[in-house]
Amino acid sequence: MPKMIASRLLRLVLTLLTVSFATFVMVNVLPGDAINALIPIDAQQDQEFVEQVREEWGLNDPMLVRYGRWLGNAVTGDLGDSIVTGQPVTAEITHRLPITLEIMFVAVGLSLLLAVPVGVFSAYREGKRPDRVISGFAQLGLSMPVFVTGLILIYIFALKLNWFPATGWNRPSNGIGPNLKTVALPAMSLAITEAAVYTRVLRSDMISTLKENYILSARAKGLTDRFVLFRHGLRPSLLTLVTVVGLSVGTLIGGTLVVEFLFAIPGIGRRIFSAIYQRDFMMVQGITVLITAFYVIVNTVVDVAYMVIDPRIRRTN
Amino acid sequence: MTTEGTVVATLDVPAPESEILRVEDLRTSFFLPIGELEAVRGVSFLLQRGRSLGIVGESGSGKTVLARSIMRLNVGANVKTTGRALFEGRDLLSLDSREMRKLWGSKIAMIFQDPMTSLNPMVKIGRQVTEHLRKHRGVGRQAAKQTALELLNEVRIPEAESRIGRFPHELSGGMRQRVSIASALACEPSLLFADEPTTALDVTVQHQILNLLSREQDQRNMTLVMVTHDLGVVAGRTDDTLVMYAGKVVEKASTIEIFGRTSHPYTEALMRSIPRTTQASHTPLVAITGRPPVATHLPKGCAFSLRCPYAQLKCHEEDPPLTPIGNSGHEAACWFPVGTDANQEAFERNLSDRLPQTLVVADSLIAGKIGQTVGDSPEEGSA
Amino acid sequence: MSESADLGVVGNQPTDDGGSESAGRATRFVGVLKRMPWLTKFCFTWLILLVSAATFADVIPGLHDPDYQGFIFGDGKTNDGPSASHWLGTDNVSRDILARLIYGARVSLIFAFSGVAVGVTVGCILGSISGFLRGFVDTSIMAFVDVMLSFPALVGLLFVTTLLEARGLFVLCAVTAIFIWPRFTRVGRATAITVSGQDFVSAAKAIGTSRRRILLREILPNVFPAVLAFGLVSMAILIILESTLSFLGLGVEIPTASWGGMIAQSRQDLLINVWPAIWPSVTLLMTVYSFNNLVDWLRAQTAVRSAAV
Repeated sequence: MPKMIASRLLRLVLTLLTVSFATFVMVNVLPGDAINALIPIDAQQDQEFVEQVREEWGLNDPMLVRYGRWLGNAVTGDLGDSIVTGQPVTAEITHRLPITLEIMFVAVGLSLLLAVPVGVFSAYREGKRPDRVISGFAQLGLSMPVFVTGLILIYIFALKLNWFPATGWNRPSNGIGPNLKTVALPAMSLAITEAAVYTRVLRSDMISTLKENYILSARAKGLTDRFVLFRHGLRPSLLTLVTVVGLSVGTLIGGTLVVEFLFAIPGIGRRIFSAIYQRDFMMVQGITVLITAFYVIVNTVVDVAYMVIDPRIRRTN
Repeated sequence: MTTEGTVVATLDVPAPESEILRVEDLRTSFFLPIGELEAVRGVSFLLQRGRSLGIVGESGSGKTVLARSIMRLNVGANVKTTGRALFEGRDLLSLDSREMRKLWGSKIAMIFQDPMTSLNPMVKIGRQVTEHLRKHRGVGRQAAKQTALELLNEVRIPEAESRIGRFPHELSGGMRQRVSIASALACEPSLLFADEPTTALDVTVQHQILNLLSREQDQRNMTLVMVTHDLGVVAGRTDDTLVMYAGKVVEKASTIEIFGRTSHPYTEALMRSIPRTTQASHTPLVAITGRPPVATHLPKGCAFSLRCPYAQLKCHEEDPPLTPIGNSGHEAACWFPVGTDANQEAFERNLSDRLPQTLVVADSLIAGKIGQTVGDSPEEGSA
Repeated sequence: MSESADLGVVGNQPTDDGGSESAGRATRFVGVLKRMPWLTKFCFTWLILLVSAATFADVIPGLHDPDYQGFIFGDGKTNDGPSASHWLGTDNVSRDILARLIYGARVSLIFAFSGVAVGVTVGCILGSISGFLRGFVDTSIMAFVDVMLSFPALVGLLFVTTLLEARGLFVLCAVTAIFIWPRFTRVGRATAITVSGQDFVSAAKAIGTSRRRILLREILPNVFPAVLAFGLVSMAILIILESTLSFLGLGVEIPTASWGGMIAQSRQDLLINVWPAIWPSVTLLMTVYSFNNLVDWLRAQTAVRSAAV
């Protein structure tokens, strides 16, 4: 276990180094000068002033030097300042990350709440009518792009029924109720596709689990079907689901970007979106590194989860 | 109470107390894309309380399907079982799933072939031994743990205390099968099916497990049905033996009779394939020529006719019914039962016709001492 | 009479001699199509229609110019309902919705096909090399794949597409290819490892076949189907990706029709006229669904076949 964590940490560091460097190179190689973000175009006539700003921000140094400087600061927890707002990147991140995380976890929670019982039931009734109906819906859910789901939800629940606000965000400090009202639609938009994926994954694993001998022997003990399904069948069927949930938590940042855009929510995804538009490279750099770190950490958590679920893995590792 | 009363009342013959299981014309079919596969083709037998029965046959003979059909454990929508299986007077095949569940584990239990796969790898051993006890009898957690301990001790698992919280993969195969047995015994069932309980185990462990089963059966006055492909497992252990071939019973008798007066050529062939300690070392075992028939394409007449060294024209035309041999309840389904003059004639006729399977048997008769060992006491022969 | 009888026989025989193989394959293909459930038939038809419409969009008689804004010239209405001239109505700048849908299909399909083509090619080759050779080559390829995978692809895409001055379809496809190959390579490698462990590979090694030849003749052909299957699954994902990018305004540049772009544009007038949002949404949904349904069906078919063997 400690050995695994050590190797994971090493991997995390290596990945972060590579990704941050790649981002840095990308920022510098691609067209679009950072100076445009610092000084309005019409103020760029004054060459001396431009040169002064360039010097001030270290834009004239070679790329490797600048990367080294950024890295040196990053190690101490300083991801630099936003070129556009002048605010520290870390401050911006700590301000916005909780918003994205809340939406993400509510979405994943909702999906699991729906997918676990439905997936188990579908597998239990494999090939019969309820299973066919569920699989049909899952196939449909899988085919829904997040922004289409979001638009449909906005149209029905915000514009027509007026139950939820169409856009905007309330901090939890304004009260849990108003906060949840603004979380509901974005989270649901993400949850529908996720739930469809989870249901399919769990169903197919569960179907093979239910063919195992130990399920037959549990049934032969006279246990109720529900007990057999949830106390014997579920746990061995969780491995793929856990992988997929981990993967989706890692990649859902992309999905939240879409809902944050659609619902005008000031989360991390929207911030990187605007940062890219404004050529705010420090911000892009910082957030990319953050997202990458998040992805690698989530994957490590998934590996630990395997061990919790399956005692056999615990021993071999 | 009243429902039970009515069920008993509808029976033609009221079941005597001593009778625990009566199977009548049981048939099980699987409906596959390639057609209907009749795995069990009309099996009937009677089992008295406290006795033990061995069901013997090659793989594919329908013995496991028979046991699972009686227990209603065949999975899938494409299986159909007809006939009757009366357990303590109640037809198991007509019970609804709730009533069946009440019997499973508590009155009828089953031990499965492979302890590697029949224990849930992700559930602790203690819970697997007694979870049904808690469900059926409403026993509390602490009491269940106590029972689990007693059971594990009883099936001779060392350091039972520490094993309770372990997972199956942390135990050896033999230990796991002991756990399965402990679990099957937990609710003190009156009828126990053991489906090839030792096939997946090392030879050295097989004996211990079989002895354990026999001992428990004696102590608890439990009825035991042992399903196996190995006549040696049955020898000296079960009271009665039932030999199955291609979904049918071809011979049934007390185990002593089966070994002492083998009547069906298939039983005889199985007998030849048991290695014997009285044989000189390196004596080749005699395999049964040919393969078991495919259940979708059974031959006309006797299903064994194509592999039988005594097969005559009649055998290929008509399927022999079970007929009594002597008056001890011994029955065999053969037109030319072993040990009769008709059988000897058939053998000589086939020998002169140079029928391959007959030649194989004749060779082994010349080479070995099979003729004299078949009559020996079976215990020493079982491996 | 006799001909149909012959065909029946051909269809029933799995092993067929060389002469009538193509005929047998054709009849079998027809037989397979016949056995499709009605929904899959519908999906299959839809995809064929879509692909042909997108291919022949320029020569479909009577199809409007997808970018022609009639109302500027006084011969078209904005937010018009369905009519004989505009079957699906017009959008908020009076462009013909049907024409835009068909031209939008082009963008989606080219994007998806090219992504899959690149993914399958790279995935097969790199995956086979990695999985067969193992060792240092494998470690380095996989390390690179891992980094690529942990890089947030959508952010990367966003990044590149925002910064690029010209955002034609070709550039978009090329950029996507950068982010799509790692997953294909993983699938290819996993398959290659399994294939490498099989007896026919050991046999080839034992008779002294060169590694290069084993790679080309034994590994690659066996890795290809698995990677292709993954490619089919990816079709749906890529179509969603393209529409998402267009929706965010990062797909093909603005006047060019794309489904995501159409939906984004219709958003402002959702309460006035919902149809310009519904048509592209339904088209998108049906297309993605059709790919998913077809893939699921194909998967079930191969599962049945491998179970039968």
